[in-house]
Amino acid sequence: MNNNNLYRPIRAEILEIRQETASDRTFVLAWNSRPLPGQFFEVSVPRLGEAPVSISAIEDDRIEMTIRKVGRVTDGIFTLGPGDALFLRGPYGNGFPLNRFENKHLVIAAGGTGLAPVRPVIRHFTARRDQLAGLDVLLGFKTPDDILFRDDIEKWKCDASIRVTVDKPADAWSGAVGVITTLVPEVDFRDINETEVIVVGPPLMMKFTVMAFLDRAIPPEHIWVSYERRMSCGVGKCGHCKIHDRYVCLDGPVFNYAEARWLQD
Amino acid sequence: MNRQDEYSDLNASFRFSVLEFNALFTSLLEHFEIWAPQRYAARGRFSDADSIGYGPIHSPNEIVFDEKSHFSSKEAVFPVSETMFDLLGDEFVQAEDAQRDILVFARPCDINGIERLDDIFLRNGSVPDPYYQRRRERIRFVLMECAASFENCFCVSMSANRTDNYIAAIRWNSEHVLMRIRDKTLLSLVPDNASPAEFIPEFVEEDREPIGLPNGEKLEAAIRDGSLFEHDMWEEYTARCIACGRCNTHCPTCSCFSMLDIAPEPESGFGRRRRVWAGCHIDGFTNMAGGHAFRKDNGSRMRFKTMHKIHDFNARFGRHMCVGCGRCDDHCPEYIRFAHCIGKVTRLLESGDHE
Ligand SMILES: Cc1cc2nc3c(=O)[nH]c(=O)nc-3n(C[C@H](O)[C@H](O)[C@H](O)COP(=O)(O)OP(=O)(O)OC[C@H]3O[C@@H](n4cnc5c(N)ncnc54)[C@H](O)[C@@H]3O)c2cc1C
Ligand code: SF4
Ligand code: SF4
Ligand code: FES
Repeated sequence: MNNNNLYRPIRAEILEIRQETASDRTFVLAWNSRPLPGQFFEVSVPRLGEAPVSISAIEDDRIEMTIRKVGRVTDGIFTLGPGDALFLRGPYGNGFPLNRFENKHLVIAAGGTGLAPVRPVIRHFTARRDQLAGLDVLLGFKTPDDILFRDDIEKWKCDASIRVTVDKPADAWSGAVGVITTLVPEVDFRDINETEVIVVGPPLMMKFTVMAFLDRAIPPEHIWVSYERRMSCGVGKCGHCKIHDRYVCLDGPVFNYAEARWLQD
Repeated sequence: MNRQDEYSDLNASFRFSVLEFNALFTSLLEHFEIWAPQRYAARGRFSDADSIGYGPIHSPNEIVFDEKSHFSSKEAVFPVSETMFDLLGDEFVQAEDAQRDILVFARPCDINGIERLDDIFLRNGSVPDPYYQRRRERIRFVLMECAASFENCFCVSMSANRTDNYIAAIRWNSEHVLMRIRDKTLLSLVPDNASPAEFIPEFVEEDREPIGLPNGEKLEAAIRDGSLFEHDMWEEYTARCIACGRCNTHCPTCSCFSMLDIAPEPESGFGRRRRVWAGCHIDGFTNMAGGHAFRKDNGSRMRFKTMHKIHDFNARFGRHMCVGCGRCDDHCPEYIRFAHCIGKVTRLLESGDHE
């Protein structure tokens, strides 16, 4: 049984680390299988613990994770450098249903670090732009200093309509100011029945952004959210992530809003 | 785990004197580790009382037959704290487990309770939990017949009063023991001169206070339209519940845990990854980075537990999680009655007052 213990993590070497903001770093890890966008791993630092972390990019022989330093495990991760290793088990969760988005107008709204789990979706479709009828990306951050993946955002501008807003501007900021919901009325929905919407971010941001899309008559069945909950096991045993009869680690983290709207804590 | 077929052809009952039973017990110990409800000195409800809980025993005199145990038999398969890995440098070394089969003396509610744990640990998600599975595979039950239901029991209302999952059943009184045996190893230990008896265990068929369960469709509808979750019936529990988590720890079907690493000196390269019981009533159960938490008030925790026990689990596994053992009610320091809470939900849905 030693080999089929689902709790045993596998070593993943850190190839490169990029500082995204003062408190977020992207870790590039050697990894040979390809998880789905929207899935996550349980990441270990031995003797400090485990934390669930989304996949922020997927390549043939590597994946990326973008991590915010907030406590015991993530502090430990931030002491590591290239050549060190993280220990992973997963991938877990369902991921985004990419085939449902094909030939549709895809609108993605991400708040703060919520951009990390949808980044692989954006990268997937900007590389295959002919598979979508349209691609709008709405991004909200607290301040200009909190903007993640700046290089990507510049590149995506060729293949997608990108709007960025910040809650609190700094001196040099010339872009939009305000919460992300203020961007929703600007989107040109050609045909609401041919539109799919993804909303990911902190709980309150998701709640109000989904409401803004519903106000624009997008049917709940066309809205997708990714939920974050306290998790311990990631595999449907520990009970922490349960909402109603669903387990976010198994049945999510991605939910169709027609289902998610009655998943109350 | 369904052993019914295996049992059907083997079926013998005996009447043992207390002395004969003690002798049989001694030979059982050679084949099994034996777990039974036993008395522990002073750590009970008001700390001046003893507590009855589960652990390995070495003499039949230790078994508490005539009272409901305070803690359930789940500790035999799901320990309060369990080492998963020794963390040696970069190695995750799986913790060893013992090999002996375990005989657990348990009442119908507790056997049914472990079957509920099976649903979570073995069947929720695509892969069984290896730590649970390896202990579970070693466990066989000796059914302790209930002469009558105890205080706060409502197992009949929860359809958890019967079980066929046992290799032996036992009826005890101070002079003799009736035992039905359905296992080859056990049978081989019975002396040739043992007195045969007609004994088939009986089950409690009536609760002292039967609980009406809510109608499933009405409950589902009231969950979906938000009327039940937002109802002010939960405020009473916010006012009374102190989030001590005793209802969780005493419950035979509460299965939640947290995993954590322990290393006195993380730099030393030695540590352990453990899991420990967790409970949905206890602070911190849903805490997330950035200070966000769900179900901050204790009334919504009571609501969450209630829904899990009489709705959510059933929606996933086709049977209710709660087995009606009444231990949550026995041990709540605030005298909160879960059974009454279920009744309130039922009456609310019947009266339509939630709408
Ligand atoms: C599906 C999913 C995907 C996630 N993706 C990312 C990501 O891509 N990048 C990222 O930086 N973070 C992500 N998180 C959040 C990340 O898991 C937590 O920040 C991390 O667990 C905190 O661990 P810690 O030991 O550093 O902090 P702790 O010292 O444990 O605590 C700091 C705070 O985090 C809370 N916390 C502890 N454990 C968890 C947990 N398992 N889940 C949620 N909160 C917890 C604590 O209650 C406390 O408030 C994700 C969480 C989930 C559930
Ligand atoms: S919820 Fe209460 S009555 Fe039901 S199984 Fe748990 S402890 Fe027993
Ligand atoms: S219901 Fe009672 S036993 Fe359970 S946490 Fe609240 S006070 Fe404690
Ligand atoms: S994280 Fe343990 S059940 Fe979902």
